[in-house]
Amino acid sequence: MSAYPGQEGLRTPLKVARGNGASGTGVHHWWIQRVTAIALIPLSIWFLFLVGGLLHATYPEVLASIAQPVHAIFLIVLSACLFWHGALGLQVIIEDYVHTRWLEVTLQIALRFGAVLAALACVMAVLSVWLTGTGYY
Amino acid sequence: MSNTRPTSPHLGIYRWRVNMLQSTLHRLTGLFLCLGALLVGWGLIAAASSGAAWNVFAGFCGSLPGMILLFLWTWSLLFHLCHGIYHLLHDAGQGYGPANRDREFAPVYWKVGWSVLALSVVLTVLVWILLIVHMGGGAA
Repeated sequence: MSAYPGQEGLRTPLKVARGNGASGTGVHHWWIQRVTAIALIPLSIWFLFLVGGLLHATYPEVLASIAQPVHAIFLIVLSACLFWHGALGLQVIIEDYVHTRWLEVTLQIALRFGAVLAALACVMAVLSVWLTGTGYY
Repeated sequence: MSNTRPTSPHLGIYRWRVNMLQSTLHRLTGLFLCLGALLVGWGLIAAASSGAAWNVFAGFCGSLPGMILLFLWTWSLLFHLCHGIYHLLHDAGQGYGPANRDREFAPVYWKVGWSVLALSVVLTVLVWILLIVHMGGGAA
C-alpha cells in the first residue's frame, strides 16, 4: 500500500518530517530562545543601570524606584524573558548531560515548575510594590 | 540502551578552535546567570516583603562573598550579552560556517572571537570602576 517505509496515507516522509526537526517539535525552542535573547539585550543593559543607581539606596527609595511605572513594566518583562530564556538554556544542558532517563524527566519537570514559579513570584512582587507602593501589605 | 543511532565523535578528535572556548563560556556563563536570576528574584521578593527582608538581601550583596559573586555575575552577563549578539549575527548567517572557523582561511574569525571575550572583560572592569567612582569607593 505505502510506497515508503513509515508512510501514512498519501503524505511522503519528507512532508511529514519537514519543519519538525529531530525532536519532532520544530523550531519553536530555537525561535523563542532568540526572541527572548533579543528582548534581553536592551533589558539587561537597562537593568545594569537600574541596579547601579540603587546600590546605596534606602528601602523606601528602592520601593519608589520599583513603583515607577516604566521601571515596574520593564522589570515584569525582564522577569518573564529572563526565566523563559534561562529555562530554555537549562533544558538543553539537561538534555546534553543527564542520560539517566528518570532523572532527566524529573529535572525537566522540576525546571519548568521552578521557572514558572520564579517568574510569577517576580511579577507578583513587582506588581505588589507598584500597585500598593509598599509591597505585599 | 536500545538506541542504535550513530553517536557523534568524541570532542578530543577535534582541532582546538576559538569557537570552542566561546561556546563553553557561553554555556557556563548562562548556567551561572540562572543563579543570578534567582538573586534578582530574591531582591524583588525581599523588596515586596519588608524592610527587614530587604536589609538581609542588601547585606548579602554588600558582603565580601556577595561582592565577588556580583562581580562574576557582571562579567557573566556582559560576556553572555556580547557573545549573544555575536551569536545572533551567526544565526542570521553572517560569518558562519566551517571555512570561517579555520585559522588559515579566516583569521578574522579568531580575532573577533578573542575580541568578544576581551570586550566583556573590559566592560566589566569599566562598569565596576564607574560604580566605585559613583559610590565614592563604598560597597553596596
